[in-house]
Amino acid sequence: MPHDHHDHLSPSGHPYRADDDTPLSYWQTMEIAVRELLVEKNVTTPEEINAQIDKMDARSPAIGAAVVARAWVDPDFKQRLLKDGSAASLEMGFDVGPMHLIAVENTQDTHNIIVCTLCSCYPRNLLGLPPDWYKSRAYRSRTVKEPRKVLSEFGVTLGENVTVRVHDSTADMRYVVLPARPKDTDGLSEAELASLVTRDSMIGTGVARNPST
Amino acid sequence: MGSGLFAAGAPVRIRKLMPPGHVRAPAYIRGKHGTVERVIAPFKNPEQLAYGLPAAEQMLYRVRFSATELWGDQAENPRDFIEAEVYAHWIEPQDPTHAT
Repeated sequence: MPHDHHDHLSPSGHPYRADDDTPLSYWQTMEIAVRELLVEKNVTTPEEINAQIDKMDARSPAIGAAVVARAWVDPDFKQRLLKDGSAASLEMGFDVGPMHLIAVENTQDTHNIIVCTLCSCYPRNLLGLPPDWYKSRAYRSRTVKEPRKVLSEFGVTLGENVTVRVHDSTADMRYVVLPARPKDTDGLSEAELASLVTRDSMIGTGVARNPST
Repeated sequence: MGSGLFAAGAPVRIRKLMPPGHVRAPAYIRGKHGTVERVIAPFKNPEQLAYGLPAAEQMLYRVRFSATELWGDQAENPRDFIEAEVYAHWIEPQDPTHAT
């Protein structure tokens, strides 16, 4: 019965979200106060704030995927990316901002995975907003201690002879994994290759898709 | 603090301090031995910036630790590494008698 809410489930089977009728928290109040002061003192405008939010929302893993695909087809670009991730991304028109980007390469022998144990540092300019699990205490604490178990829960099973390199993003660097190029992709265009590069493959919790899947 | 420079590959130890407040060296690496993976660049010390204090520049390093150095017998695989960014004032030279 569509209008029967007794079970608190929407027609799609998900629970309804409760209305947000609670008072503002201390920090929510602080944010509003600071924002209003900045506008009142002509430091910024509501339009500028909205434009910045739009810019943040527009970022997605497609940016990182384009960088990875370029590295797969252009060995010189790959070398520049591994040497200086920020400069190489900027070549493609992607400004990673004031943070410095370090790209780490997955090979037959090495699998890289990114975590920020202290907070939730994430290469937002390349990948957009982080997934919720990336910010969870479980992911942050377990990845440095039992990365192989975490990886297996993501469906990535590594052989005993593969080295896992865990990168804890503790300060001013941001990290992106350069996943290994899938087999049998020789004939694919750069754009087709980019479509194989998932968000998780650039965090290191996944691998690039095979073209057949 | 932290005036000594370490080169890539240098054996180092993270200071075993437990100060209160905003600290950027995660507790699990304190007192642990590793090697400098790369020298990054100097940055203003975030442990001072966090309090609005004048912040001196500190060299930032990436330090590599073996899983067994951090977790002992609980390490999943002795070939694995954990690498973290650590500011110079948290780093001291490795005790030469330390058996690696």
